[in-house]
Amino acid sequence: MAEVSVRAPGRRWSKPPFIKSPGLRWGLYIGATIYFVLASYSILVDVDWQRVYEGLPRGAKFLGGFFPPFPFANIIETGGFEELAAQRLIDIGDGLIESLTMTVTSTAIGILISVPIGLGAARNIAPAPVYLFCRGIIAVSRSFQEVIIAIFCVAMFGFGPFAGMVTLSFATIGFLSKLLAEDIESMDPGQAEAIRATGSRWPQWINYGVQPQVMPRLIGLSLYRLDINFRESSVVGIVGAGGIGSTLLTAFDRYEYSTAATILLIIIGIVFFAEYSAGKIRARLQ
Amino acid sequence: MLRLEGLTKRYPTGDEALKGVDLEVPKGQVLALIGPSGAGKSTLIRCINRLVEPTGGRATLDGMNITALGVGGLRQARRRMGMIFQEYALVERLTVMENVLSGRLGYVGFWRSWFRKFPQSDVDEAFRLLDRVGLAEMCDKRADELSGGQRQRVGIARALIQDPALLLVDEPTASLDPKTSRQIMRLICELCEERGLAAIINIHDVLLAQMFVPRIVGLRLGEVVYDGPSDGLSPDVLTEIYGEEDWEATIKKDPDGDDGVDGVEIDRERLEGLI
Amino acid sequence: MPVRVEADIKVWQRRDRNKQLAIWGGWFAGVLLFAYCWQIISVNTTWFFVWDSPRIAADIGSRMVPPRWEYIYKIWDPLWDTINIATLGTMLALFMAVPVAFLAARNTTPHAYLIRPVALFIIVSSRSINSLIWALLLVSIIGPGVFAGTIAIALRSVGFCSKLLYEAIEEIDHSQVEAIEATGASRWQIMAFGIVPQIMPALAGISVFRWDINIRESTVLGLVGAGGIGLQLSSSLNILAWPQVTLILIAILITVVVSEWVSAKVRHAII
Repeated sequence: MAEVSVRAPGRRWSKPPFIKSPGLRWGLYIGATIYFVLASYSILVDVDWQRVYEGLPRGAKFLGGFFPPFPFANIIETGGFEELAAQRLIDIGDGLIESLTMTVTSTAIGILISVPIGLGAARNIAPAPVYLFCRGIIAVSRSFQEVIIAIFCVAMFGFGPFAGMVTLSFATIGFLSKLLAEDIESMDPGQAEAIRATGSRWPQWINYGVQPQVMPRLIGLSLYRLDINFRESSVVGIVGAGGIGSTLLTAFDRYEYSTAATILLIIIGIVFFAEYSAGKIRARLQ
Repeated sequence: MLRLEGLTKRYPTGDEALKGVDLEVPKGQVLALIGPSGAGKSTLIRCINRLVEPTGGRATLDGMNITALGVGGLRQARRRMGMIFQEYALVERLTVMENVLSGRLGYVGFWRSWFRKFPQSDVDEAFRLLDRVGLAEMCDKRADELSGGQRQRVGIARALIQDPALLLVDEPTASLDPKTSRQIMRLICELCEERGLAAIINIHDVLLAQMFVPRIVGLRLGEVVYDGPSDGLSPDVLTEIYGEEDWEATIKKDPDGDDGVDGVEIDRERLEGLI
Repeated sequence: MPVRVEADIKVWQRRDRNKQLAIWGGWFAGVLLFAYCWQIISVNTTWFFVWDSPRIAADIGSRMVPPRWEYIYKIWDPLWDTINIATLGTMLALFMAVPVAFLAARNTTPHAYLIRPVALFIIVSSRSINSLIWALLLVSIIGPGVFAGTIAIALRSVGFCSKLLYEAIEEIDHSQVEAIEATGASRWQIMAFGIVPQIMPALAGISVFRWDINIRESTVLGLVGAGGIGLQLSSSLNILAWPQVTLILIAILITVVVSEWVSAKVRHAII
């Protein structure tokens, strides 16, 4: 180390901290740690470990339900196609069709309504009162989870897919209008201005100056929402709004894990397929 | 010191980027590699430190066959070849100092680098280099706050802190304005001289190459078509490299300007028209 | 041809005939599909209830006001649970999501045909299944409570976080990685210096974004017994205590708005 000591002592360097003020930094560290300890404690203190332990075999049974999924397992076990298996398959089919129809109708209705609301919620093209009204609708729709809205729809329209459809349409409006409005707000004003300078009317201006800029993204978002609506259609059934969720809930209530596993596999398969084709469509649009 | 023998690169698409390049670079020599886009300049440089795997031929550095090295050996070899990039290639969300110190990664263990505990000697060297390239005050700025010329200086410091024997320089001035381009080229050449480094500099700008670099290699479609002194460039040679065009204006007019730096002031207007 | 010559006059159309026909055909098929789906739903709907719904809505509305303010003392605790479920669930999810994302990204995966599909399958399964269904499953396996809710949120978020993260990893600037590679850095050092700094903002953004979503999701987990304010909501609904429902909804609304504000602020500070 003699070599080093000959030179002037080196200038130290250490990585500058992300948060400059030391008080704030340590405050955040300590606060986060305290919160973490308290929160973990309040979650873990209530856990009934005995119950968790007893549940493990059930978990294994559920996982076993995937290999192979229900109808095949039944065929292998009994060597024939039992009435029960047939009945479950019909249940699953009905639930699935209901889910898919809900998905299609709610997405279509949702898009139709969210386009005008999205236009109204864009600060750069809508007058203030319209803007506030549309933003209000979006805020309400986005704040509540679909299931809460579904509860009210079921209370109003009765059990069945109609309530589910209304729920999903409402949720679609919140999602699509907000993103459409943000897209319009961040568009290139130069293009829109050029169209306005031609003396176009308002709808012409929207059609020529705004629509071409936001259309590809709107189509992409609609496809994405179709996907989300299918996934959500599997939960609104839990509160009675129709779809495959009701079938799933029944399966869990009866501890029929293999039926549940089949339904989950079908959902995964459909979502995967939808995502894959949406990717293809989006690639073609660009 | 560096020797390329029949270096070949064929991409999976079938494109032959390099068709058996032979080249020898002695210790301490600076060399400019010119040629049209797609001639394989970048590929050649990247084949030397194997960021691109060559498909044939050999590259040897001080007698060590780089093309045959395993993973660990390649890392050792890469430490001896500093690289400077076209778009600077700084890690933009790290500070200037971290970027410079990242040149020491080949020498420092993972956990030391993870906690940013580099040896004090490295830190000293980093400060000295930042001072040398004129960025001593910037060390805690984030890389994306710097201007183009400043970024390239950081890139140079990062390459030099590796303590290399050879610099691989890929279009150092392509994204810079004419004045900064010259400053950067001058800096690179001065540093090579100070430290006795060899360098291969890819460059588009023929005039700039002639101005600073004694030896020029012309590459066309993956083959060396010219290798000689920079004042040996004639319109014929440039036609050979780039294809038919009026080259008179591109060639340095003043053959007796030794370092070329002052002599080219008269060409200034023409230079700016070019870029 | 968008431009046709008809009797020496050039006629311009936006699209040529085949394309126009295909577009009309597409719309026709779409409308047909919608009509078919509507038909199925309509068969399964009791239209009397639908026509009657405005009256019901008015009825429920009148029962819901005024909110029962004194009930607020009963919901502080579940509200705290709700926030914990979301926060710890998100943290747990991130621990699992980061490795999965590195395995799934094309440029960092150890093996494109063996390991990447497994990682992608994990992502798709986690994303396809709603957190409420995960909760349903976990409640049935390990029993009701906040713990089940936290795990459910974590399992649902893994897919979301890894998907966005692996897309961010695939979009990084390769030349920065190359520059680090050229220094002779090891595999892990390349990761730490070349890749991690580039995806850090994305990672931070994704986590607060998902946290915000998780707050919203964890408000309903109680409906299937997985803890949080949903428990109170479901018991109030069961006894038709509408004024309590109103108060709970107000509490949820405020929590969600505040969390959205916090998340927007944090994301703004990072980027």
